[in-house]
Amino acid sequence: MEMPVPLHHYLILSGILFSVGVVGVLSRRNAIIIYMCIELMLNAVNLTLIAFSRQLGDLNGQLFTFMVMAVAAAEAAVGLGIIIALFRNRQSVDVDDVNLLKG
Amino acid sequence: MQLLIFYGFGFFALFSGIAMIMSRQPVTSALLMVVNMFCLAGLYAQLGAHLIAVLQVMVYAGAIMVLVLFVIMFLNLREKAGIVSKHGVMMQALGIAALGFVITAIIAKLDMAKLPAAKAPAADFGSVAAIGRVLFTDYLLPFEITSVLLLAAIVGAVVLAKRKV
Repeated sequence: MEMPVPLHHYLILSGILFSVGVVGVLSRRNAIIIYMCIELMLNAVNLTLIAFSRQLGDLNGQLFTFMVMAVAAAEAAVGLGIIIALFRNRQSVDVDDVNLLKG
Repeated sequence: MQLLIFYGFGFFALFSGIAMIMSRQPVTSALLMVVNMFCLAGLYAQLGAHLIAVLQVMVYAGAIMVLVLFVIMFLNLREKAGIVSKHGVMMQALGIAALGFVITAIIAKLDMAKLPAAKAPAADFGSVAAIGRVLFTDYLLPFEITSVLLLAAIVGAVVLAKRKV
């Protein structure tokens, strides 16, 4: 059975979404927005995995996505904990204000 | 019809993604991110991954984004600079242009003929039963390790967010 939409449509969309996430991480200074851009990149990869899973009729891609979601949930808890701790120490979540490790 | 659904969800996913990195207010960004995740859930459903689509809405749009919004309101964030910060605008424009070039090159290189041929999915493709069967046989060890990871994340989050350990 042919896919309803050709595979490369999904691949191109997910490539563009991933790039949008990369641009966000590189150009924004707000830690929370950087965090959301990372989530956007994870989602773009998930879309690729699921598109290939459908194309190949193979469930492994969906299981990978499942694991990515579990890791993203763990990352959300720890990442937001770090952001709160950062705000408590610096009164800001601007990543330019975090320079303790700079010599 | 299917193509129309794809373009609809794809357009909104792209639009909300780009608007997310452009917006000045973190709250606006977070809400646009929710829109993005709903669109992606729609695409997953179109691809037959029904369980993953529901999980996407529940875990990402539900749990994770609520947590993010909570933190944004808790910290009462307001950003002065939008996408343009201390770093040179020229450098950013250069970076975006370079990235755009790379994407165009990749898309131009993408050889449609070399992509794997479509195979017919099983009748229960993407259903809870089918995924559960694979998850609890082939992926049992990764599944169990996930529980350890989540436990470590819970402990880590509590320790990080506590005032005094």
